[in-house]
Amino acid sequence: MTTTAPPPTTPPATPHLPLRSARLPRSAPALVAVASLAAAGVLALLLGWGIIAWAVVAGLLHLVAITVWSRAVENPRAATDRFVTSLIWMALIIAFVPLVSLLYIVVENGAGQIDGQFLTYSMRNVVGEGGGIYHSLVGTLLITLGATVISVPIGLMTSIYLVEYGARSKVAGWIRFLVDVMTGIPSIVAGLFAFALFALIFNDPGIHFGIGGSVALSLLMIPIVVRSAEEMLKLVPGDLREASYALGVPKWRTIVKVVIPTALPGIITGVTLAVSRVIGETAPLLIIAGSTDSSNFNLFGGQMSTLPVFIYYSYTQPGLNPEFAQGRAWGAALVLIVIVMLLNLLARVLGKAFAPKTGR
Amino acid sequence: MSTTEQHTESPRSGTRRLGDSVFAGTAFGAAFLILVALAGVAIFLIVQGAPALGAGADDLNGKGSFVSYVWPFVFGTLWAAVIALVIATPLAIGVALAVSHYAPRRLAAPLGYLIDLLAAVPSVVYGLWGIGFLGPRLVPAYGWLAEHVSWLPLFAGPASGTGRTILTAGIVLAIMVLPIITAISREIFAQAPRLNQEAALALGATRWEMIRLSVLPYGRSGVVSATMLGLGRAMGETMAVAMVLSASGVITFNLISSTNPSTIAANIALSFPDATGLKVNALVATGLVLFVITFLVNFAARGIVSRADAKVGR
Repeated sequence: MTTTAPPPTTPPATPHLPLRSARLPRSAPALVAVASLAAAGVLALLLGWGIIAWAVVAGLLHLVAITVWSRAVENPRAATDRFVTSLIWMALIIAFVPLVSLLYIVVENGAGQIDGQFLTYSMRNVVGEGGGIYHSLVGTLLITLGATVISVPIGLMTSIYLVEYGARSKVAGWIRFLVDVMTGIPSIVAGLFAFALFALIFNDPGIHFGIGGSVALSLLMIPIVVRSAEEMLKLVPGDLREASYALGVPKWRTIVKVVIPTALPGIITGVTLAVSRVIGETAPLLIIAGSTDSSNFNLFGGQMSTLPVFIYYSYTQPGLNPEFAQGRAWGAALVLIVIVMLLNLLARVLGKAFAPKTGR
Repeated sequence: MSTTEQHTESPRSGTRRLGDSVFAGTAFGAAFLILVALAGVAIFLIVQGAPALGAGADDLNGKGSFVSYVWPFVFGTLWAAVIALVIATPLAIGVALAVSHYAPRRLAAPLGYLIDLLAAVPSVVYGLWGIGFLGPRLVPAYGWLAEHVSWLPLFAGPASGTGRTILTAGIVLAIMVLPIITAISREIFAQAPRLNQEAALALGATRWEMIRLSVLPYGRSGVVSATMLGLGRAMGETMAVAMVLSASGVITFNLISSTNPSTIAANIALSFPDATGLKVNALVATGLVLFVITFLVNFAARGIVSRADAKVGR
């Protein structure tokens, strides 16, 4: 950009070379956004559009306006940049629309349902109004507890093998890879597996019981536990292990007394997240745990209702007075979402509070 | 990944302690159990599904053979998943870039957390939302499409009156796979070499040019595998489709009519509770088909990820 002393052949009146090209004001995107929202709003009022059409037209207007303006004032490259920037922010906004809408709808429809009776009554002998989700709440908690009891030891021991024993060996590499692949098993296939397994073992083609649901869920839960526990164990500094070995502590006691306690908060976070992931699973429980209107506290016998299955049946097969059953479905959905969000929040809080202090 | 050294050899001591070998054996046993479980899934599905190959038309919805029974479901599964990915992939890349390169640093983490919340919502709640809220809201749009663009086979109509179409199901699926694709893409984009980006900016590139020249080429394989993982998830998703879709098991590319192809997973969920005898075996066999398809997709996707990781030297 800078020129040394101009060669004598050039005319003395060199054209003015601006060092800064023209720029739009910093508030340009916001200005254009407001203007296009207003313009589309006027159109929407005049033509009687819904809110969706309004938003779509406003978005398109914004894209066109900012690009044209930037092209007129700045240059084509800057115009492309502004176009893409707007596009990317819009993608973010679009992604949040369903989340907000879903939470709003569930709270709006479900909040009115929830009272003492809803949480403490089962659906036994209830036709039409009344009843509650106690039986499903119990089923969900018991089956998820069963899945946790199965998954945590297996998942934790596997991650110990992967980090402490297998390390870089080929076998460990394959197990790691297959655990990753396992995270993609469709939940319904896990349900079919549990059904096929227990139908063969008990020779009962119509088998339904709670522990089958736990087995199916643990198939989905184990990979999540393994991966999160593995990450946490890897973060434990090697110095701690060496210090323990130097004191003559056997390897297994080092793992139990030094490595696991150091990684424990992270492992608890991972397990909590895994629980929150499987507690809302529907398809496997539909197949193997079945559904019932009564409370069943026995994991090993009889059909067991769970919240997701209850929601599904209440909404799709509402029976004689659909408005009551569907209202209960929304109420149960709100309870389920609250449980999942609380678990998520708990996991984050635990993770934040006890995060291992490393250089990463 | 981490720089901590691994200590595989046991501490030097004269005799190998009993506790050590028991503990090591248990750990390996647990890892081995996972492989057994994975093999068990295939084996038990094959054992329970095999009788369906000899099933007659009575147990196969009037279809002559198992292949002609399962084919429409395979088509529906793929079609719904493709619709979901067409919607979700561009959005997810946009969201991932917004979080990794556009949002102010203080905002990035909460934004990413909010997107992850989308993954935490149970699928049955998505189904409830799709059938009770989204579907009815889309009916006017479908009517408009059927009126004005019906020359496109995709929108041939007649428009569904309930909004329970494969396009609605695809939109719900897209929302469900969005967090998966976003999470992986975001991680890859954030790892793009800092120096390349700064070099591009120093040469006068705009932010988009910098991303196009240095971030996207670096993240390409990650985005591809993220999309494939999303594909696996979309194909296996059950409840949202079972609730939203009003399925009749036909093969059609029509997006907005009330006769829609069904998916394998949704068909199992809808038919299983009432099925008896060979019908159960037929459903288990379709589950096996789904398992094989999703396993292959996931296998390929993870393969790409680990190859990319190796290339980067993680």
